[in-house]
Amino acid sequence: MNKDELKIRLAELLPGVTFEDGAEWTTIVIDPACWEGFARELCGGKGLEFDYLFCVTAVDWKTHFVMEYHLTSTIHRHTVVVKAKLDHERPVIRTVSDIWRTAEFHEREAYDLMGVEFVGHPDLRRLFMTDEWKGWPLRKDYDDPVNMIKL
Amino acid sequence: MDVSQQNTGKPFPGEVHPTAGGGILVTKLDEVINWARSNSLWPLVFGTSCCAIEMMSTAAAKYDWSRFGFEVARATPRQADVIIIAGTIVNKMAPVLKRLYDQMADPKYVIAMGACATSGGPFFYNTYSVVKGADHVIPVDVYVAGCPPRPEALLHALITLQEKIKNGVPGKIRLGDQEQTGRAES
Repeated sequence: MNKDELKIRLAELLPGVTFEDGAEWTTIVIDPACWEGFARELCGGKGLEFDYLFCVTAVDWKTHFVMEYHLTSTIHRHTVVVKAKLDHERPVIRTVSDIWRTAEFHEREAYDLMGVEFVGHPDLRRLFMTDEWKGWPLRKDYDDPVNMIKL
Repeated sequence: MDVSQQNTGKPFPGEVHPTAGGGILVTKLDEVINWARSNSLWPLVFGTSCCAIEMMSTAAAKYDWSRFGFEVARATPRQADVIIIAGTIVNKMAPVLKRLYDQMADPKYVIAMGACATSGGPFFYNTYSVVKGADHVIPVDVYVAGCPPRPEALLHALITLQEKIKNGVPGKIRLGDQEQTGRAES
């Protein structure tokens, strides 16, 4: 499926959804509430079959968080980027580790460093930081007077 | 200790007095021991980031640190004499480094290779995870500047360490919990 066909197909799946232009890949911005159904459709939908989740990222924009999921299909060789805007006070989103198994570790990393909570994740605990660590080190407002020397 | 630009050390510490049918060697035992130690320093296989690539290059054919007696890199600290801290030490790695150092047999030596191992380097400011210099964890004998240092710089550090040993700068010996210096100066 080329980019235009992909866009039309995705717009049919989620009416009223917005696309972002200017990036290498087709980028779609969704409401986190409809993420689970949409993710299942992306994974299993006929002609879509995004079977490979190759990147999960959380971005701190200070006023809100954005979760980004990079998906590709090893069958059709098309790629899509899904973005979901999350609340800054309590960033929560449904896990996709049951759809793409690789998300289990990616989501643990996002939880560990950014503090994004993944509802339904089977093993949501610290990955890189020690178990007793307090705070989310990659957040913009993170402060650590013991370990950090400020410039 | 000042670092000399040229290796001024004698090839062997001692004098041979020729006699009929051979000769008598006059020397000091301490100096012979130091000479032997300095020429067979076995490094530990230890590298935590990009400095390790330069260290491997130093060990490989082109720079070939075995010319100076370093070729026997050991994969266990129990057989190593010198640990080259090649890379960033993060807070989670610090206890591992300490443990490796403690497992090395005396006398033991430490080279801090590159900016990260010396001071934290590019990770000095605004980082939550990096130890600001490996000397917060274990005592360091020789520091090497660079990010990463060239193989020549590491070779210079290794030769500097050899000169230190030949000049009788003692390796650290742990007695109980106190860090004490080794043998008395000869």
